[in-house]
Amino acid sequence: MSAVRTRGGHGLAPLLFVLIALAILSAELWAGPYYLKLLSRAMILALAALALDLVVGVAGLVSLGHAAFLGVGAYTVGILAEHGITSGWIQWPIALFASAAFALVIGALSLRTRGVHFIMITLAFAQMLYYAANSLSRYGGDDGLTIWNRSEFATFFSLADRSTFAWTCFVILLLSYLLLARVVASRFGRVLRGAKDNERRMEALGYPVARFRLVAFTLSGTLAGLAGVLLANLTEFVAPAYMSWHRSGELLAMVVLGGLGSLYGAIIGAFFFVLVEEALARITTHWALVFGPFLILLVLLGRGGLVGLLENLGRR
Amino acid sequence: MKSEYRATALDPALLVVQLLNGVQLGLLLFLVASGLTLVFGILDVINLAHGVVFMVGAYVAASTFLHSGSLLLAAAAAPIAAALLGLVLDRLVLRFLYERSHLDQVLATFGVVLFVDEAVRTLFGPAALPFPLPASLEWSLPLPGGTSYPAWRLVIIAGGLVLAAGLFGILHRTRAGMLVRAAANDARMLEMLGVDVRRLFLLVLGAGSALAGFAGALAGPIMAVQPGMGDNVLILAFVVIVTGGMGSVQGALLGALLVGLVDTLGRAFLTDLVRTLLPPAAANEVGPALASMAIYLLMAIVLLIRPQGLLSVRRAAR
Repeated sequence: MSAVRTRGGHGLAPLLFVLIALAILSAELWAGPYYLKLLSRAMILALAALALDLVVGVAGLVSLGHAAFLGVGAYTVGILAEHGITSGWIQWPIALFASAAFALVIGALSLRTRGVHFIMITLAFAQMLYYAANSLSRYGGDDGLTIWNRSEFATFFSLADRSTFAWTCFVILLLSYLLLARVVASRFGRVLRGAKDNERRMEALGYPVARFRLVAFTLSGTLAGLAGVLLANLTEFVAPAYMSWHRSGELLAMVVLGGLGSLYGAIIGAFFFVLVEEALARITTHWALVFGPFLILLVLLGRGGLVGLLENLGRR
Repeated sequence: MKSEYRATALDPALLVVQLLNGVQLGLLLFLVASGLTLVFGILDVINLAHGVVFMVGAYVAASTFLHSGSLLLAAAAAPIAAALLGLVLDRLVLRFLYERSHLDQVLATFGVVLFVDEAVRTLFGPAALPFPLPASLEWSLPLPGGTSYPAWRLVIIAGGLVLAAGLFGILHRTRAGMLVRAAANDARMLEMLGVDVRRLFLLVLGAGSALAGFAGALAGPIMAVQPGMGDNVLILAFVVIVTGGMGSVQGALLGALLVGLVDTLGRAFLTDLVRTLLPPAAANEVGPALASMAIYLLMAIVLLIRPQGLLSVRRAAR
């Protein structure tokens, strides 16, 4: 979608985080564990979509393989847990390091291409990891791997408690948003946006565009890996399906749904996606029959995504 | 599309079987990829919906065959239905995307994939549709060395070769073919010369969809005819056209044969090859993993050395 507003300011973000916090509170008080789990899932996918928005919305690089990093984070937790290493103090840094390393290598290779080729090569790398996970017969192969214990943080807090888990997701999402908002507003972010509009001009101005993009891609992959760590802990299960190209497409849909390049739009998009999926799945198992055409209409008609829509309403 | 045979050692008779399997997979992929590459070449449109056209071709062929018992009728119905579907999708979705960004094209056609996959699942159920071959085709050609090769796979190879030859004939010997090649090279210039590129595009989309649908009919008896069967083929076809060079039909043929052979031979022999380097237990893990990743590695290597693909009709990727 062409409408991209990446100017400074947080826009609707403070309101959004207050609403999410209220939703968690009310789920704790009235709605019960099922809704806490649903909200946690929405926050985790929001984190992944937020990470993707840095690459797609801000830097203008369409990655169709971001589910791979989600999978790397999730599999790191699963594999370490399988070997009896359940401490989060060990699991999480290793998972972040692994997803950063994968993002660095995949980014360095993919960023040598442009446009359609970038889309295809990121898809290809994600497929590679998908099939690699499928053939990890020691860790469940295509059946996936059950995680018997969530990451343990000794005496500090326990992720086994649903409320603690939801608030952990909330804090991580908030901190990640603040970090990325800083990044986007900085000179680094301005160079990324400038290179999106005109790569050659930014290079002529003396900025090492390729290196900046690689840093952005790696940061994005690392945050997506963190989302994978949380997802593995939420579902207590990892499977190759976490890395399927459908998941990568869904993440892209969330980013565009919310509004490209605004960061908090990605969060709105992810929440909208998860809640609509949930609502439709209650009515019919064939929810894709509704969601598919919805996605098409959104692309054809809804320039600027939900954020654009909300801001237009606000202006009236 | 896994090969039916698994070799335990590099035996020349099995190598022949695997080479044939590779060529067969390659030709199937070429039928899907040729339409995809021309659609991209002419109007710069990424059409993820090309995979569901393949799937619908397989479904139409399977149900026509189950109801009428006539394989010829099935082989005729599949490409017609697929061409219609391609043109309907153009009317409903694609034509709004010509001028849009690649991101918009990816998302909207992803929506089409979600919808059509689910529609097929709703209509036919999640289980695979049976597509048995008639007894007249249920035999194998004996090969020297004690192996044999199934007749249907020979039919696929023959059908693929005939269609590929026909396609190249049309592209290089007729006026319409010349215009298509010119459009894939530089559509804007052709338009300025007074050619209706839109109509040319519809022609290519219809023909490309028919080829993909026919490929679905050919693949039906050896692949599970089930929802989502087009997704993997679509991704493989993308690997093919990116490797071969987007917009080039020769590139698609070269890429398809490379991908077919690398995938098939990798699955058949890579584990044994790895076993010479690693202990058997590790090799049994690493071999299949490497084999399933081989074609993506091939594509990544080609893109890094020649970003525009092996036989690109245009200058390097923009």
